[in-house]
Amino acid sequence: MAEIFTGTIWPLLQLVGLTLLIVVPLLVAVAYLTYAERKIIAAMQLRQGPMFVGPYGLLQPLADGLKLFFKETVIPSGANRGVFLIAPMVTFVLALIGWAVIPFGPGLVLADINVGILYLFAVSSLGVYGVIMAGWASNSRYAFLGALRSSAQMVSYEIAIGLIIINVLITAGSLNLSDIVEAQAEHGWYVIWHFPMFVIFIASILAETNRHPFDLPEDEASLVTGYNVEYSSMTFALFFLGEYANMILMSAMASILFLGGWLPPVAVPPFTWIPGPIWFILKISLVLFVYIWARATLPRYRYDQLMRLGWKVFLPLALAWIVITSGVMVTFDLFPD
Amino acid sequence: MLSLDRVARTVLWQELVRGFALTLAYMFKRKVTLNYPYEKGPLSPRFRGEHALRRYPSGEERCIACKLCEAICPAQAITIESEPRPDGSRRTTRYDIDMTKCIYCGFCEEACPVDAIVEGPNMEFAAETREELFYTKEKLLENGERWEREIALRLELDAPYR
Repeated sequence: MAEIFTGTIWPLLQLVGLTLLIVVPLLVAVAYLTYAERKIIAAMQLRQGPMFVGPYGLLQPLADGLKLFFKETVIPSGANRGVFLIAPMVTFVLALIGWAVIPFGPGLVLADINVGILYLFAVSSLGVYGVIMAGWASNSRYAFLGALRSSAQMVSYEIAIGLIIINVLITAGSLNLSDIVEAQAEHGWYVIWHFPMFVIFIASILAETNRHPFDLPEDEASLVTGYNVEYSSMTFALFFLGEYANMILMSAMASILFLGGWLPPVAVPPFTWIPGPIWFILKISLVLFVYIWARATLPRYRYDQLMRLGWKVFLPLALAWIVITSGVMVTFDLFPD
Repeated sequence: MLSLDRVARTVLWQELVRGFALTLAYMFKRKVTLNYPYEKGPLSPRFRGEHALRRYPSGEERCIACKLCEAICPAQAITIESEPRPDGSRRTTRYDIDMTKCIYCGFCEEACPVDAIVEGPNMEFAAETREELFYTKEKLLENGERWEREIALRLELDAPYR
């Protein structure tokens, strides 16, 4: 009995505990990301944003969540019930499981697998399924068009993201996210060496997560709100949480690949005193701020412009940069081991 | 060699950078939000809000039932009935304003020879039923008592321009 406990149940409990340790702060972060978004955009438009629920409106996300929780889940009569209900869960779960491989600090990672970056990439690609299932199962024109746009867009920009990641991989010489961060301690942050790629990466993750200025799937002017028109209550909340969790995940990816993950900007005392996870969180916040900043600044792209940008600009640029990177590395024999 | 300058601007995303700089600069500007129920903007003395019937300082009601307001009202929102009082003076027995019909043009105030009917500064009289917006003489006189200070001040401020 004791053996089963120490051998099976205890490690399982530990795993559940660690998972909760990531998921719960993540959900709180998502809630406050919506708050930050509203506050920052308000500030940029000379407004105050939420002010009345709690001091400075700090309890607004909780109030919003509570409101959604108590609403009725409406399932359209023409919808495919099963798929309709599974779609938001898929989106939400996929946005969470990516966090398993994210290193928060040296050794602070749930699953230190050697193909971490591939896993992350695969998980973010799977996000398309939640969207297309939602659009299809809703049996609504707007939802379906939104889903089609969304999936086409996500697939297109994933290719650019994949090629950008290859640049980082050949410089770091590893698919393990922790190793990539450690390599940046040696080489300097990749945002310096791969700056154009960093810019393209940021733009691509905006498109990948369907955010402004590439939020065509949620184009309220032409599609009402895109693939999630028919959703209400908690099913909608799951989409919403999934979308924002995805934003944070992508920001984490950007900080790990380009901004040196948990590393301090300069490895000298005042900076090294601050623990790694704090640096990591600061970097994620910085990228998230860019997300919101872009939303407050840029108008929406037209769909053909979006596709042109992905296929005719980002893709060739990323490919060219691979050639340059590998060329330089072969010439000067810089390959790590 | 179309224009090196133009090419450079495009490649360096000059417009994008300037746009982002602008929004960032705006983020630190003073906010213009007015938290309405708690903070209010200034109102002109000419503001035409909720109606009120005024009284003389002696307590006598000003309205002499001349029905000029009823006649001029473009929305026909005012209904007046009158008869002589025991002391011989003519006064209204009924003075109704249908606030759902009223277009707040202020003609009644303009037409009134004794400054009895006025439109005060109050515009927060939303109600939940239509019936609450059918104002009677009692309601209007009560408004007059409640808002007399503000109304008198506003009339005085606006007097030079009338």
